[in-house]
Amino acid sequence: MKMVVAIIKPFKLDDVREALSEAGIHGMTVTEVKGYGRQKGHTELYRGAEYVVDFLPKVKLEVAIANDMVDKIIESVSKAANTGKIGDGKIFVYDLEQVVRIRTGETGNDAL
Amino acid sequence: MRMNNLVSGLTRAAYLLPLMAVLCMPSLAMAGELNSGDTAWMLTSTALVLFMTIPGLAFFYAGMVRSKNVLSVLMQCFAITCLVSVLWALFGYSLAFDTTGMEKGVLNLNSIFGSFGKAFLGGVGRDSLVLAIPETVFMTFQMTFAIITPALIVGAFAERMKFSALLWFMGAWSLLVYSPIAHMVWSGDGGLMWDWGVLDFAGGTVVHINAGIAGLVACLVLGKRKGYPQTAMMPHNLNFTVMGAAMLWVGWFGFNAGSAVAANGTAGMAMAVTQIATATAALAWMFCEWLSHGKPSVLGIASGAVAGLVAITPASGTAGPMGAILIGAAAGVGCFIAAVKVKRALGYDDSLDVFGVHAIGGSIGAILTGLCADASFGGAGLAEGVSIAGQLVTQCKGVLVTIIYCGVMSFIILKVVDAVIGLRVTEEEESEGLDIVLHDERGYII
Repeated sequence: MKMVVAIIKPFKLDDVREALSEAGIHGMTVTEVKGYGRQKGHTELYRGAEYVVDFLPKVKLEVAIANDMVDKIIESVSKAANTGKIGDGKIFVYDLEQVVRIRTGETGNDAL
Repeated sequence: MRMNNLVSGLTRAAYLLPLMAVLCMPSLAMAGELNSGDTAWMLTSTALVLFMTIPGLAFFYAGMVRSKNVLSVLMQCFAITCLVSVLWALFGYSLAFDTTGMEKGVLNLNSIFGSFGKAFLGGVGRDSLVLAIPETVFMTFQMTFAIITPALIVGAFAERMKFSALLWFMGAWSLLVYSPIAHMVWSGDGGLMWDWGVLDFAGGTVVHINAGIAGLVACLVLGKRKGYPQTAMMPHNLNFTVMGAAMLWVGWFGFNAGSAVAANGTAGMAMAVTQIATATAALAWMFCEWLSHGKPSVLGIASGAVAGLVAITPASGTAGPMGAILIGAAAGVGCFIAAVKVKRALGYDDSLDVFGVHAIGGSIGAILTGLCADASFGGAGLAEGVSIAGQLVTQCKGVLVTIIYCGVMSFIILKVVDAVIGLRVTEEEESEGLDIVLHDERGYII
C-alpha cells in the first residue's frame, strides 16, 4: 500500500477531488498548508511598510491506495491540478505499512 | 361657567405665548435659561463621542495589530474609558474647567491649572447650567474628550506596554497633561491660550497634538518592538480597522458639531466642514498612495479619512467649506508623508502612527485654522483687529506651547512609572503575545 501526498493550488481542490472520484478513490484527507518552491511570494504594503510574503497558501491532499493504483492516481492528480504555471505543486509517494478501519477492525487492502 | 373657564384658559395661554415663541427659536440662547434643543443635541453628541472611543477607536487600532495582541488593544481602550471617567468626575473636570481665580488678561497659576472648586463635581447639580445646557451634560460631553485623548496614545506603544504601567501613566497624564491643556485653551477668560486668542474649536491642540506628542515620546521611551522593522507585523484584521474608521467618522460629528454646545448654525457648519475635509483627506491619501506605490489601499483611505478628521477638528468652528477642502487636502498629503515616508526614514516605532496622524494632522489643522477662519476663505471671520498673519502666529504659539508642555510632562510621567514598576513587558512576553500574557485570554479560538 502507498500513501500519496499531493501539494496543490487551493482552487484546484475540487477538480482533483472529482478526478480521484472517477479513478475510484472515495476517501481522502485535506489540510490547508503554506509553502513555496520556485513560485516567488508577493509583496504587501501597509502604510509604507512593505512585506515580502514567501509562504503561499496551498492544499495538502493525502490518499491511501493499493500498490497497483499508484501510476493511475499520479496521472489523475497531475492532470487535474495542472495549470502550466509555476506553483502547481508536487506529489510524494510514501510506503504505507498498515491501514486499519476503526469501525470494523478491517486491515490491509480491505481497509483502503 | 364654561365660558369663564375658556376665558381664564386663554388668559393663561396668553402669558405662555412669548415663552413658547422663544423656545421655538433654537438659536436664541437666553443667558441662564435651558434650551431643550441645545440640550438634546449635546446629549446626543456626548453619546457619539463616547462611541468614537468604544468601539470606534478600539476597533480601528485592534485591527492593525497582530492577532496575538488584539485583546490588549481593546482592553486598553476600554480601561482608559473607565479610568478617565472616574478621574474626570473626581478632579479632572475641575482642573480643566474651574474658573476660580481667573481674570481676563491676568497670567497666574489659574491660567494653566484649574483649581479644585468643582472637585468631586461639587456644585454640578441638576439645575446648574453652562450656556443653555445643563452643566451635567457639558461635563459628561467634555469627559468623552478627556477619554479619547489618552486612548489615542495607545497606538504608539501597541504590542509592548504593561497594562499596569498603562493605567498609572494614563491616570497621571489625564490629570497632569490633558486637564491643564484643556484649561489653557477652553476654560475662558484668564486661560493662557484663550487670552492669546488661539482658535481651537474641538481640540486640535487639546486632543490631537497632545496625544500625538505623548505618543511620540512614549514610543521613544519604550523603544521599538522586538524585531522591528525586519519582522513582518502586518495588520491582522483590516476589516476591524475600516469598521473602526467609519465609526470614528460618524462619531466625529458629535466631536466637532457638538463643540458648538448648541444646536445652531455653527454646529451645522461644523458638521458640513467635517464631512468635506474628511472626504478630501481620504481621497488625497488614497491618490498619494496610488501614485507612490501603484495601488490604492483600504488602510490608506481609512487613514486618510482619520487624518482629515483630525485636521478639521480645530477649524470646525470657523472654517467654511472651501477652507475645509484646503485643510483636508493638506492633511491627507501631509500625514501620508509623515506616516509613510518620514517614519520609515527616521526609524522610530510609532506602531499605529499616532504621531504621524494626530500630531502632524493636528498641527496642520491648528495652523491652517488661522488662515481659514478669515472671511476671505469663507470662514466665520477673525476677531476685531486681528490679521491673518497675526492669527497664524497665535496659532503657532498655541501649537508650540502644547508640544512643549505635553512633551516634557509626558516624558517625566513615563520615566517615573518606569522607575517604579517598569513600562515594558519582557521579550518573551512580547513574543508570546499580550493577550495570553497579560490577560489570560485569546481573541480567536479557532
